[in-house]
Amino acid sequence: MAGGPERDAVSGRHTTGHEWDGITELNTPLPKWWVYVFFACVAWALGYVILFPSVPMPGKAASGVLGYSSRAALAENLAAAEARMGEQLAGLRQLSLEEIAADPELATFARQGGEVMFKENCVPCHQSGGAGAYGYPTLADDEWIWGGSMEAIATTIRHGVRHDEDPESRFNIMPSFGADELLSEADIDQVADYVLALSKGEASQEGPGREIFETQCAVCHSSNGEGADGAGYRDFGGPALNNRIWLYGGEKEDIVAQINQPRHGVMPAWGERLGETTIKQLTLYVHGLGGGE
Amino acid sequence: MSQAAAVSVDQGSAERAARGRSDSLAYVDGPIRLFVLAALMWGIVGFLAGDFIAWQLAYPVLNLDLPWTTFGRLRPVHTSAVIFAFGGNVLLGTSLFVVQRTCRASLYGGAGMGWFLFWGYQLFIVFAAVSYVLGYTQGREYAEPEWWIDLWLTVVWVAYLTAFVGTLVKRREPHIYVANWFYLAFIVTIALLHLGNNMAVPVSFLGMKSYSLLSGVQDAMTQWWYGHNAVGFFLTAGFLGLMYYFIPKRAERPVYSYRLSIVHFWALIFLYIWAGPHHLHYTALPDWAQTLGMVFSIMLWMPSWGGMINGIMTLSGAWEKLRTDPVIRFLVTAVAFYGMSTFEGPMMSIKAVNSLSHYTDWTVGHVHSGALGWVAFVSFGALYYLVPVLWRRRQLYSLRLVDYHFWIATIGIVLYITSMWISGIMQGLMWRDTDQFGFLQYAFIETVEAMHPYYVIRATGGLLFIIGALIMAYNVWRTIKGDVRYEAPMGEPALAR
Repeated sequence: MAGGPERDAVSGRHTTGHEWDGITELNTPLPKWWVYVFFACVAWALGYVILFPSVPMPGKAASGVLGYSSRAALAENLAAAEARMGEQLAGLRQLSLEEIAADPELATFARQGGEVMFKENCVPCHQSGGAGAYGYPTLADDEWIWGGSMEAIATTIRHGVRHDEDPESRFNIMPSFGADELLSEADIDQVADYVLALSKGEASQEGPGREIFETQCAVCHSSNGEGADGAGYRDFGGPALNNRIWLYGGEKEDIVAQINQPRHGVMPAWGERLGETTIKQLTLYVHGLGGGE
Repeated sequence: MSQAAAVSVDQGSAERAARGRSDSLAYVDGPIRLFVLAALMWGIVGFLAGDFIAWQLAYPVLNLDLPWTTFGRLRPVHTSAVIFAFGGNVLLGTSLFVVQRTCRASLYGGAGMGWFLFWGYQLFIVFAAVSYVLGYTQGREYAEPEWWIDLWLTVVWVAYLTAFVGTLVKRREPHIYVANWFYLAFIVTIALLHLGNNMAVPVSFLGMKSYSLLSGVQDAMTQWWYGHNAVGFFLTAGFLGLMYYFIPKRAERPVYSYRLSIVHFWALIFLYIWAGPHHLHYTALPDWAQTLGMVFSIMLWMPSWGGMINGIMTLSGAWEKLRTDPVIRFLVTAVAFYGMSTFEGPMMSIKAVNSLSHYTDWTVGHVHSGALGWVAFVSFGALYYLVPVLWRRRQLYSLRLVDYHFWIATIGIVLYITSMWISGIMQGLMWRDTDQFGFLQYAFIETVEAMHPYYVIRATGGLLFIIGALIMAYNVWRTIKGDVRYEAPMGEPALAR
């Protein structure tokens, strides 16, 4: 404790006369600019409070002079977007997929909107640009399990694949040939060799593998004909096996595992969630990724 | 440690006795020494946890596919470790040190109270950290500990308030020093916030799980009333108390303006508590509450800067110490960062700015310019001041090492906040970018990919910050051992030698 106010030689100010553990305080007045900026902020705050909703009242808050509300602002934004896109959206609603595709301007609009929806909803499984991943089909090639026409693509998006809650969902199931003892281990080994050869275009027309394929697999994956070995029947969702596109791996052990106890992917039905206009946009986008039929 | 060792004789008492005073003071310093060591230890733990999760954001494989090491569980370990374990130990330790010295009174409750506060608080920290790693959380940011851990903290906190107020009551100075106003505001408000935001209903008395009494938007508002004021009173008011003691002490200059300290104290205390709704702009929170949260945040700008002015201007007449004393440089740079973040904060609370910044890395950068630049730096300065005093050493082991710590940590902070500014603003702009039809241009994952390089820069900045803290730990250890490094005085022009 000091005896009383003392003059500080550096600043020329007096201290307050208090002292704590050797600390004293100068009696400097408030900086003018500090006071003015503080008052300006308070004045701005008062003005803002008058203009915008800020006073809670029973039931509802007072709306402020400008009558702003974030709900109304959202509605305005939506209306503005609707007005900007109204014509195109109406076109999407009214026209069929083929008609939309035939109108270059509308088709561009649909594909760009579809791309956004694809990124938001489909990319987690099918990856950017529909590149696909293990267990998730590539959409940028011309291999289609359930069909690559616009109508087929729209149906798949609308109802999903193996989606229990939608009776129209795409559905098939491949038997567990090994786990359910439909085929012996040796049989599976032989047919796997055959399928591997089939994918490379080197399958022989004879032999035990070929025979097992004919009797057990061809009903879904299709059989011989004029060079259409293993091309798949779309109605059953039997994937083509005569190419090197594999959903669950193309090594022999992968093929054996799949014959033994197949994995089955699931895709949700998007129809109710996204609505018909969005489904159309997505269809045009996916169809245009590279392999649309 | 025995009771006797925990009590040390006031250094100034001989001097006072010589001036004719008859106070034979025995300050409780033993627990404060441990608070200082605990702060250092938890600080390094918290910085390591933070940097680890920063690398996880850049390289998700570091989640290690183990539930205990996932980002979701380690993130509260980081935030609680740095705020409550590091910051809390600094605040408890310095407040007990400051209140005794500035009241010329020994701690109310004596050494026993000091030890209870120390061990009781460490127990809270350990309970909280272990429960997070095991997956228990209330899901409330900065208030994650489950109900019974909250009850334990309540016991400790009531004891803390009692000890602090008790010491103020038995003070032998006519006035209460401004540092103690801030510390008291911090203790009282944290008690209020802690009780208000943890109204949990336990599912069973033997289980961990509880549910919040409130729901929906009321629950969100309560959480952010708490969350914002945890920043306002834990990380601001408490550390302003610290600043008001250690800056004038270290600079050996009078506090710049007594009047400013009064006015900005009351303005800050009154305005801060209303600003929470700015965390919930453009949500289900009613418009009127959003408006109030925003205008109170704007009005908070100058009251915050009052503290900055008082901290920095206290150095007038001692500016050369910025060159010669890296400890004062830590303290004053901290106040400069405080000024920067308390300008940025009100700016980000403006709804138009917030619509861009909200939910982006900009917020993370803002928090860290305050947390690393202000809270940690002012704490480092105070700890560097306290260690020689508490352990009766003539000086620190090495001021050069303090200097290295300062520059390495400062570069770390700059890397951190600039990368988060760029990343956050880019992220916000990508989220709102639309094409000629009005369709959004980027998917969420594309913004994440774009942020990757900035995540790496940020984590590198964090690494530098940790290296600085390790240098500090070494310096403190050698100081406590009683070593002094031979080195030339700081701040002499190189050519003069």
